[in-house]
Amino acid sequence: MANRTPLYPRHAALGAKLVDFGGWKMPLHYGSQIGEHHQARRAAGVFDVSHMTVVDFPDPTPSRILLRYLLANDVARLYPGKALYTCLLNEAGGVIDDLIAYDRGAAGYRLVLNAATRDQDLAWIAPVAERFGVTWRERDDLAMLAVQGPEALAKLDAVLGAEVLTAVRALQPFHVLETEDLFIARTGYTGEDGVEILPPAAEAPTLWDRILAAGVAPCGLGARDTLRLEAGMNLYGSDMDETTTPLVSGLGWTVAWEPADRDFIGRAALEQQRAAGVPQAFVGLVLETRGVLRNHQTVYDGDREIGQITSGAFSPTLNRAIALARVATGAGERCYVEIRDKRLPARVVKPPFVRHGRALIE
Amino acid sequence: MSSHIPADLRYTESHEWVRANDDGTVTVGITDHAQHLLGDLVFVEIPEIGRPVAAAESCAVVESVKAASDVFSPLDGVIVEVNEALGDDPELINHDPYGEGWIFRLKTSASLENLLEAAAYEAIALAEDEDESSLANPRLAD
Repeated sequence: MANRTPLYPRHAALGAKLVDFGGWKMPLHYGSQIGEHHQARRAAGVFDVSHMTVVDFPDPTPSRILLRYLLANDVARLYPGKALYTCLLNEAGGVIDDLIAYDRGAAGYRLVLNAATRDQDLAWIAPVAERFGVTWRERDDLAMLAVQGPEALAKLDAVLGAEVLTAVRALQPFHVLETEDLFIARTGYTGEDGVEILPPAAEAPTLWDRILAAGVAPCGLGARDTLRLEAGMNLYGSDMDETTTPLVSGLGWTVAWEPADRDFIGRAALEQQRAAGVPQAFVGLVLETRGVLRNHQTVYDGDREIGQITSGAFSPTLNRAIALARVATGAGERCYVEIRDKRLPARVVKPPFVRHGRALIE
Repeated sequence: MSSHIPADLRYTESHEWVRANDDGTVTVGITDHAQHLLGDLVFVEIPEIGRPVAAAESCAVVESVKAASDVFSPLDGVIVEVNEALGDDPELINHDPYGEGWIFRLKTSASLENLLEAAAYEAIALAEDEDESSLANPRLAD
């Protein structure tokens, strides 16, 4: 049977359409995916993301050495209370997963990884950690709620209390604060302001109820996907996987090349690819006609096939179809996407498409 | 989940509804059950007027936030009118599947007798509710 988060009974009671997602039964929507998308863009929405994998490395000093070798971004850039986004690579530079690493000071490091990749992630990390003599622990005793939207923080006033909220408001993006029982990070996957809160699993239902009572709309993973696509954020398994490097996935910015003497898994392969010339670019597409861009549709420059859509959807904010695509380096501003045997014109743009409720493309 | 299935319409196993008009044409759309399974609709590809179609031939596509799904002609005939309003407002199908959300009108001399009655269609819809992940309509994209 599929795993269930501590909030499963809440989702069922709200009439959510529940679907299998990476081995978990998760809410796709609670009635209208587009309505939930607008809630998070225009007001505030809460997402149950308790299915995500949380791993703690409690010993700061040896963990720092391990993670500097294990991750393509460099945790040496962190300081207590700071987070970074990074890829976990294999020796060929392929992406095993993408994750956020949090520096918890004396409490060590916390990684938040994807749910669907949990088994391969842990199987990859475990032997390296053992070789480095580093202990780690999966935190399946924690739940995770993302509260996102322009009104997210204001609405959390009644939930977290004035004192905690003042501290949360003072957090810069990609910073975290810990209270006695909550881990509150200024991170998210929507392109809006907001936080991701990790409470103990047993306290998650009460926290969820209080967030809803504060006027935050429950939102499903369907809206989460269109929000992240509009925000130009990659989805593991669609936009990158073990066969693609960060350099061909729009994630070159997450690779810490300096210091040059830091060895990390995948470095040699990435350096080789960089030196040889990165063969593909990762771009945004906007369909210029009616229709919907979908994953795996083929992209053409004139008659020449140049690549494929890795994530496509209808953008509720822009009211048109958008996509992320991997195309041959040097493609022009115009292209065509084949949809049901017809080639429809699309414009090549630089993501993101939407940030903080505002369209960034015409 | 219970969906609305009007008794005065005929149905197909692939979730189209068919209304017989007085002028010898039929109006076609997708059922409340189908729109519910698809979720919010964002695009409808409508057929060209004058196009001859065969029963079970794909002649329109409805795309929701999550998938594209074919709409099949329930009968042999010729497309004589299409719902242009769906171009700007595909969600009409979500809001009013049997009214404002109609998709096309077909001129046909075929009998409706072989199409499903409401009770028979309801049985199919109910069986699918048991397993929501499988929509009988094939070619459901990812």
